Amino acid sequence: MTYVALTDQPLDVAAALRRAETPEAGAVAAFIGTIRAHTAGRAVTRLHYEAYETMALHQLRRLAAQARERWPMLARVVVIHRTGTLEIGEAAVVVAVASPHRAEAFAACQFLIDTLKEVVPIWKHEHYADGTTWVAAHP
Amino acid sequence: MTITLAVFGIARDIIGAATLPLDIPAEESVDELLARLRRLYPALAELRSLAIAVNSEYAHPADRLHPHDEVALLPPVSGG
Repeated sequence: MTYVALTDQPLDVAAALRRAETPEAGAVAAFIGTIRAHTAGRAVTRLHYEAYETMALHQLRRLAAQARERWPMLARVVVIHRTGTLEIGEAAVVVAVASPHRAEAFAACQFLIDTLKEVVPIWKHEHYADGTTWVAAHP
Repeated sequence: MTITLAVFGIARDIIGAATLPLDIPAEESVDELLARLRRLYPALAELRSLAIAVNSEYAHPADRLHPHDEVALLPPVSGG
């Protein structure tokens, strides 16, 4: 089973992990991305994620399919990304992968979050006390 | 032909709108569209990267645009 989603509601990490659990799997590896209080020495007050939703969901489904091609033994692939305004400490993304054994669960989890960051059309807008920045927009 | 470009992130701030109607020659290539946009909005040229998506796929520079394509302008992504 593959489950990918975007949500503008607080991300329920426990519910996301439950989606990954199955008696077929002896391992669930998860990555949870959270909002840091500082970026390059600047204090972040809050953060806004914007998504091109139709394309983001399409690309997330493709990433999940690529992971399943590389690791056919994967039992569950779950990727959920937040949109909208987030406060410090909130979860921005959850990736959870279930597999019979841990090695492929770790590998698939890392592949999914690394590739998500490169290709899925989602943009992070950081807010500071004295301004805002679109993250990684400029060289 | 006319296309309506969907614009996201910092590109939307630079252009000043979330959608941009554009009159372009029939069969314009993705590369030509990007060059046109950088001419119209020079600040786009300062971004780390700039991509065009057609129907939810990253387009190649030589791809041709068609009237009913869903075309989007994507600045460097920063999800996760």
